[in-house]
Amino acid sequence: MKYKYSFIILFAIMWAITACKKDTYDAPSVTLKGRLVYNGEPINVEFNQVPFQLYQPGFGKTGAIVGTFGQDGSYSTLLFSGNYKMIIPNGQGPFRWNENQTTSQRDTLAVNVSGDQTLDINVTPYYLINNSQITAANNIVTAKFDISKVITDANARDIERVTLFINKTQFVSGGDNVVQTSIEGSAITGLQNLSITTAIPALTPTQNYVFARVGLKIAGLEDLIFSPLVKVTF
Amino acid sequence: MKTRYKAIMVAALLATGACKKDSEFLDVPPKQVIPTETLFSDPVLVLSALANLYSRQLDFSSLDDGWATFVDFSEAFPSENGSSFFVQRNGWGYGEWGNWDYTYIRELNLFIQRASASTKLSDADKSRFLAEARFLRANFYFELVKRMGGVPLVTEASEEIQDPLTLQKPRAKESEVYDFIISEAEAIKNVLPTNADEKGRATKGAALAMETRAALYAGSIAKYGTTTPQVTLPGNEVGIPNTLANGYYTKALAAAQQIISGSAGAYALYQGQTDLSENFAAIFYDKSTKNKESIFIEDFKIGTQKKHSFTVNDQPYSSREEGSDAGRLNPSLNLVEAFEKLDNTYAPLATTDGSGNPIYYTDQKDIFAGRDARLAGTVITPGSTFKAQPLDIWAGYQLADGSVFSSNDASILRALPGTTASVQVIGNDGPANSKELRTQTGFYIRKYLDPSTGSGRRGTGSDVPFIRYRYAEVLLNACEAAFELGNNGLALTYINQVRSRAGLTTPLTELSFDRIVHERRVELVFEGHTLYDMKRWRLAHIVWDGTQMTVADLKSNIGSAKKRNTQPYGLWPYKYYNPGNTNNGKWLFKEVRPSLVTGANTFRLGNYYSQISNDILSANPKLVKQPNQ
Repeated sequence: MKYKYSFIILFAIMWAITACKKDTYDAPSVTLKGRLVYNGEPINVEFNQVPFQLYQPGFGKTGAIVGTFGQDGSYSTLLFSGNYKMIIPNGQGPFRWNENQTTSQRDTLAVNVSGDQTLDINVTPYYLINNSQITAANNIVTAKFDISKVITDANARDIERVTLFINKTQFVSGGDNVVQTSIEGSAITGLQNLSITTAIPALTPTQNYVFARVGLKIAGLEDLIFSPLVKVTF
Repeated sequence: MKTRYKAIMVAALLATGACKKDSEFLDVPPKQVIPTETLFSDPVLVLSALANLYSRQLDFSSLDDGWATFVDFSEAFPSENGSSFFVQRNGWGYGEWGNWDYTYIRELNLFIQRASASTKLSDADKSRFLAEARFLRANFYFELVKRMGGVPLVTEASEEIQDPLTLQKPRAKESEVYDFIISEAEAIKNVLPTNADEKGRATKGAALAMETRAALYAGSIAKYGTTTPQVTLPGNEVGIPNTLANGYYTKALAAAQQIISGSAGAYALYQGQTDLSENFAAIFYDKSTKNKESIFIEDFKIGTQKKHSFTVNDQPYSSREEGSDAGRLNPSLNLVEAFEKLDNTYAPLATTDGSGNPIYYTDQKDIFAGRDARLAGTVITPGSTFKAQPLDIWAGYQLADGSVFSSNDASILRALPGTTASVQVIGNDGPANSKELRTQTGFYIRKYLDPSTGSGRRGTGSDVPFIRYRYAEVLLNACEAAFELGNNGLALTYINQVRSRAGLTTPLTELSFDRIVHERRVELVFEGHTLYDMKRWRLAHIVWDGTQMTVADLKSNIGSAKKRNTQPYGLWPYKYYNPGNTNNGKWLFKEVRPSLVTGANTFRLGNYYSQISNDILSANPKLVKQPNQ
């Protein structure tokens, strides 16, 4: 009997020791977040259309952790601590960022992640929409705004069109809208005191508010730069 | 006695068994695998190996269960509830249409090496097999370059395991891949047979048809690529320098002219049936030697495994031969109204008069009258017949007070206002929103539908071939190449041949880029050209710009190459009910956007060349990524 008892103890000890080991890895827990900014001012883009990629070299296969910026230019990602390289792929976003002087290809940004941190990404937009005021009256939405041209050197680009988008939900862009009204770039003579009006169509189910913002399409780039989102009640 | 007998038996067995040499003990010839030397000694066996390589070709569209590969790009609407995502999404992922099947290329390369090394094949057999494998390889590289841009050009395979680093090759320039395809076609064209009736295997005609299309694609990427400088890479893995455009157009024209002159076989436009629409439809189902139009096809045969379900999936609902299989592919009004009138002008289908009142038609067919015969050859319209059965397409009664009186299924009968007898108030063939397997746009597909009895049954299926290259496309290639080279007179002779076959007998006297874009759309729709044509002209991001369409958009600018085409629309016929009125019982039509259509196609610049996956990129660090991704 004594003999058997010692076995039971042995088993109990072995079980206790091995069971101490966790059977999975921790989930990534360090938050890296921030916004797209120019001089501290947020850059608004289309939801889910401007991607960024994070690479962590040194772990076998290379492959990017891909994320996209939100409507207000914010991003947030959960990572392990370590050294990362961040890129915004070439041709994405209504701005210039980190371009190499000779090849004009975008460079990488080294990011050291050791604890939760906020990293705002300073970009240079081609244009900015300033002082935008969007109001509604009598089923008509009116947007008044100024445009400032930020990049004026050899890399400058023209305005293709400026569009007022309206949607039932807070996602407002070329892909998500109930109505849109544009002025073509060729029709814009001055960059100050511009205005666009558009009628609100019948909404089902009916609601007494819409979300609106103005998007500016830059010639040769597919991503628009937007004014801040406004909820207007009518 | 018994023991002795047993001992002799054992000894005898031992003696016979021991005759085998020890060294042969493990050397057992395989019974399931044909050794390479045996295979390449017999032309019949080589052909069966080659047949396997033929069967693995890559096409954009496929007839077997592939109705869904035709339905995209707003040219059609998917009438199957599980497939509504086609019209509800706002665009395509970066990986869409991608391919990186180097296994197939390696097996083609091995075949070429082994067949070249074979000593037992006759010279004639050997050179034909080699040329066929080189054709398949060039054609596959063509498929790759259309999707991915420049890819590594691998033309040799090693049977031994090598250092993986020596296998990592960088991407070739996009132009180098096209050059490879063109030079391979030139090298093999005179080795391949010259026979217009040989369609399943590579011929001189097929090689030249591939060459003219490849050269045309390269030329247009060089020319129109300048409008999208963002879609290039510094090493030209994507993008072709503008200076090369004319060289490619010249090659495209020369290759097409070799087919047109008859030097590759007696190819010709399919003609002979008096009904021009039936004639156009017959190009796709007539497999007799009368059909000199198809050049290279994927063939099928009823009674074998190699048959397809295109007719099963897409036949009209009312005349279906299988319980619940029909009507999945519904061409859109966007496409239907693009077919021009017989006087060579564009016009939307007349649903309302100048002051906005509906136009009443005595016969449903009248609204489609006087149009390009290819319309009825490509699309089954309301009021027509299929397999001698009339279609029953109408969305309900239009009452005098402007309201619509209908139900959502033909089996639900209702009594019209002021009457007591219940009657059918919607067509057996639809259209009703969300009613799958019957039309939701008012149209059914006609192209590839097999008119033979039984083709709509799952068990029987259809053997209508999928045409990869056909003569009308060669003519249009020649037309476009000549036009881009500034030779409008020559270009007009080619395009007018294609048009007069379709009943447009007034020849065009002026040609424009938009005309060529339009002609390719109506002639070649649902044949796997739509995406690649829009890509090479760099029109894809303009045509599919993600903006929702209105009826006014739909009806304007028909024939413009840059016309928006982001959402499929339908045209629903209604029967006018107003007893005593002269128009009672006549038909009126309404443009309708099917309620399932909620998305609008957006073609992003990053969609021009499909994404190379992370697995492939990390296995070969020499590969450069696609632009805009």
